[in-house]
Amino acid sequence: MMSVCHPAQPGPWAAAAMIAAIVLSSTAGEVLTAAAMKSIGDLDEIRARRGMAGAIRAVLTCPLFFPGVGFLAVAFFALLFALNHLDLSLVAPASASLTLVTNAIAGKLFLKENVDRRRWTAAVLVCIGVYLLAH
Amino acid sequence: MAHSRLTPWQCLILAQVAICAPLGDTCLSRGMAHIPAITLAHPLSLITAVFTPWIALGIALLIGFFASYLTALSWADLTFVLPATAFGNVIVALFARFWLHEPISLERWAGIVLITVGVGFVARGPSLTEQPAPETEEEPVR
Repeated sequence: MMSVCHPAQPGPWAAAAMIAAIVLSSTAGEVLTAAAMKSIGDLDEIRARRGMAGAIRAVLTCPLFFPGVGFLAVAFFALLFALNHLDLSLVAPASASLTLVTNAIAGKLFLKENVDRRRWTAAVLVCIGVYLLAH
Repeated sequence: MAHSRLTPWQCLILAQVAICAPLGDTCLSRGMAHIPAITLAHPLSLITAVFTPWIALGIALLIGFFASYLTALSWADLTFVLPATAFGNVIVALFARFWLHEPISLERWAGIVLITVGVGFVARGPSLTEQPAPETEEEPVR
């Protein structure tokens, strides 16, 4: 396949806006999806009892699932758009790093998860690591 | 009910989440680098991009990721699954280095070490917040 010449890399504000679009839509999608899956219960056990069709039905009939997938779809197209303008080694770590923080906050606020010291430490270590990866 | 300690099968699901996502992202990046720049004036060209081989392969891998991710979220907290699968970022960096030939500086190697330590840290803790049973009309699955 032919390689195509791209215009110069976008400025820092444009890059930040692209990454912010991924982070916000991704966080909304992940929190809604996590809430959906929590309300369903252990999928492995459902599959063991009702088979794969039963597990798929349990997921597809959960009302929170499709709004979550909708936001994840927005995040996906935002990612495609960003990858068309920026390096993978910037977009993937930067969006993953920030999503980790916004998800930890959203998980505590909306999903009532126990984000204890161990999880915050892990989130911070991973965050710094991802930042360094993007450096 | 979900477990606060992981079984080997659940570890395998988390590994699948960590591996499919970076592989998919790398395929998407390779695919998007070979098509003309997309502007906001022509957003529909994003749809046509979906049918190019590398992007189609990337999407297939991301579907595999999503199925594993949903399974993981059904028995573990979001704030456990995300850091535990962050090792995927290390895989992205290694793919970027050895497949896409992007350079990896000393800082990036330091980042790889920190992520690995962070993943090890969270993986040693409980995977699920114990909460009282939700009061829904549906019969809870046991």
